[in-house]
Amino acid sequence: MAGTGGNSRTGYALLSPTLAVMGLALAAPLLLLAVTSLKSQAGIGFADGWTLAQYGEVLGRSSYRILFARSVGISAAVTLVTLLLAYPMAYFVAFHARHKFAWLIALTIPFWTSYLLRVFAWKIILGYGGVINSGLLRLHLIDQPLSMLLYNPFAVVVTLAHAWAAFAILPIYVSLEKIDRSLLEAASDLGDGAVRRFLRITLPLSMPGVIGAAILIFVPTTGDYVTPSLVGGPAGSMIANMIEVQFNRVGNWPLGAALALVSMVLVAVIAGLFVTAARAAAKAAR
Amino acid sequence: MSFLSISQVTKAFGGLPVVNAVDLAIERGEFFALLGPSGCGKTTLLRMIAGFETPDSGTISIDGDVMNNVPPHQRPTNMVFQSYAIFPHLNVFDNIAYGLRKLKLSKDQLRARVDAMLATVRLEGLGGRAADQLSGGQRQRVALARALVREPKLLLLDEPLGALDKRLRETMQVELRAIQRKVGVTFLLVTHDQEEALSLSDRIAVMSAGKILQIATPRELYERPNCREVADFIGEINFFHATVREITDTTATVNAGLLGIVTLPSANLGSHGIKRDDHILLAIRPEHVRFAPDGVAGEITSATFLGERSHFHVKIAGRSEPVSVSGNAGPQGSAVALIFPPERLIGLPSAD
Amino acid sequence: MKNRALFIYALGYLAFLYVPVLFLPIFSFNNSQFIAFPLTGFTTRWYAGLGADAAMQHALGNSLKVGLVTALLSTMLGLTAAKAVTQYRLRGAAAMLGFISLPLFIPDIVLGISLLLLLGLLNLPLSLASVVVGHMLVCVPFSITVLIARFEGFDRNLEEASADLGESGWMTFWRVTAPLMMPGILASLLLTFITSFDEFLVAYFLSGTEATLPIYIWGQLRFPERLPTVLALGAIILTVSVALVIAAEMLRNLGVKKPMVGA
Repeated sequence: MAGTGGNSRTGYALLSPTLAVMGLALAAPLLLLAVTSLKSQAGIGFADGWTLAQYGEVLGRSSYRILFARSVGISAAVTLVTLLLAYPMAYFVAFHARHKFAWLIALTIPFWTSYLLRVFAWKIILGYGGVINSGLLRLHLIDQPLSMLLYNPFAVVVTLAHAWAAFAILPIYVSLEKIDRSLLEAASDLGDGAVRRFLRITLPLSMPGVIGAAILIFVPTTGDYVTPSLVGGPAGSMIANMIEVQFNRVGNWPLGAALALVSMVLVAVIAGLFVTAARAAAKAAR
Repeated sequence: MSFLSISQVTKAFGGLPVVNAVDLAIERGEFFALLGPSGCGKTTLLRMIAGFETPDSGTISIDGDVMNNVPPHQRPTNMVFQSYAIFPHLNVFDNIAYGLRKLKLSKDQLRARVDAMLATVRLEGLGGRAADQLSGGQRQRVALARALVREPKLLLLDEPLGALDKRLRETMQVELRAIQRKVGVTFLLVTHDQEEALSLSDRIAVMSAGKILQIATPRELYERPNCREVADFIGEINFFHATVREITDTTATVNAGLLGIVTLPSANLGSHGIKRDDHILLAIRPEHVRFAPDGVAGEITSATFLGERSHFHVKIAGRSEPVSVSGNAGPQGSAVALIFPPERLIGLPSAD
Repeated sequence: MKNRALFIYALGYLAFLYVPVLFLPIFSFNNSQFIAFPLTGFTTRWYAGLGADAAMQHALGNSLKVGLVTALLSTMLGLTAAKAVTQYRLRGAAAMLGFISLPLFIPDIVLGISLLLLLGLLNLPLSLASVVVGHMLVCVPFSITVLIARFEGFDRNLEEASADLGESGWMTFWRVTAPLMMPGILASLLLTFITSFDEFLVAYFLSGTEATLPIYIWGQLRFPERLPTVLALGAIILTVSVALVIAAEMLRNLGVKKPMVGA
């Protein structure tokens, strides 16, 4: 019956501190970032007047375009690999594991290690004198350490797929767990075999979790700084490394701001297109 | 002034009036029910009495004190919520003792009060039971005990039996009535279940679309509904269109179409100001229609066995709706004749 | 035998998650500067080295301070906002919630540099306080997500029942709302603390001269001879975090089953 909503003025009052903090620490800085990207650097300050020169530079120069393409490509690969690896795992926990809770705890414990050290662990594993090379040498499977393991996009993808695994498992698990088990029984009852049932019922109903996980992984990994710095090398460096260089080393803040804005918009557009396409595909499949 | 006095109370949500200029007076010690379909405004009215909603206009007073600006925690009312709202982090004892904190009772006094209340609602020895280990009926009893232990002047019950299954509901109806007699507190019950309202209450207010249609005892409500809506809502009833021919102090003669010219006691037309030549509705309960050889001819289209009596739908010529009859007759397809005793016909103003 | 194949896959996946992480404690006890097989012997000297590392301890102190303040502030903001959007019918609530959740969809580096620009414009010095502000951006959306889930399972009638039984708003909060929300509040505190404690990139831009623990570790990674000590530190952080999580879980279960004897 009507009337559960209390006084809406109290509601706005409760919401206002959070909105104020976010306005001050999020909206204002982003606005400033946009303003800065329309300036040009002059010594330690900005030159007078407004210019689109930074955007010309960012969009015009092929080295930046390559960097954007590589960042998006690596993130897309990470997202895909992480989802593909995580789905069967989440499926197992949701439908077949006997001690669900223990499995969930076991799957999340590695993520309580420092992010830096988790990434660094892969440097230990893949490095020239690292675990794989020293192991293989000792087993006399190779006589020279392999140098192709580290400092390339592949190393970045593997490391990120490991680092973000929990962000794929948990949302997918939640959406699988929510599926009403009688729907599956109904599908079997209506003549679907295990595979068809999975494709027609389980997979479509778990898509919200998959889409959520994809966004949760794609957005932050595109802007990741630590992993490309530690295991990427020059061939595996990403856009965040260039932004950091412009801000901290070169001191060209307007260019850094333009790079940041373009990458943010790019990520948002790709993520938006992806969600729209995935929803449309899910609808078409029905 | 009455014990609970509601005067011209109006409440709107988003511009839509949910409770519309309602007047209501309830006496001390009464078991009173607000009966109506869902969305009729009865729960909103109850929540205004409890203080969870504020009337847009009008006054609510209890025992002579105007309540409009008194917050819920200072009102002399307590409520049994529809969901029971048992505090899940407290056990039965602590739930019941919740509202006694301000009395600053000693531990022994507190225990005595709660134990006595546990006995009243027949939950002796269950004080230590956790909230999530209670059955539906037990939750209902805890909710009742928790409210009654504060000795409110007025107990408000929001669909208190709605969450229980049929058997339990019937047991609890009997018990609720017994508890009310024992504690003597004024009970105000909100329900959409007419059977519940009829069997529990001293008086009933029937609500619809934010208005009170009729306030009466259960018997009056059943036998003398004052409008088509009330007649329809309380039990089953048959309607026939009629026109008033003649009206005197003692009798009224009406032309009732299929039923012919009927003369009934003019008291049966109630106090609606019905005059000569008015179009009216004649209403009659299924159990008052009789099977007799010299009546209106019809055919039984459905028969439902209900024990001592059966329930029939009888199709009569010239009328699309079947007549509901309660009694004893042949199987489906039998030819019958119906008699409509004039003293059982109730005249109501026609809507059109 | 699909289950069996899945089970084996699950074990393999667990190995993929755990093996890299387990190298940290393994090499932290290895008696060699070089992080490579074969292991050369057991030592605790890298742990002993931590005890004498003043810079590390200072950074640890900073991270604890930042983490605690961030967790408290984020959870307070998350609590009020989650209550507002779940228990009041507010026009534009979805849009406002979307705005508050925006940091989830913005790369951390963008959050870091744009705050850096604002501080520069306002002539405010970089400090641990600026790190807290940056971390709140990241943590408030997490806190709100956790607490909204909790509020959604919260029967509003319980608060009304308390008022009906004679308690004012403030006492109702203490006797009903707070105890029922406590698991959510604790989960939010834990999640936001760990997030802040582990956050590197935003702090890297905003911390100025005061290093947090991740910034200190980042600095150490460049010196191969410092690596075993860093691994020892990592192993300790891992152990403490796991203990914390397990303790929190046990506390939660305890809260559910605790028999609450009357009066």
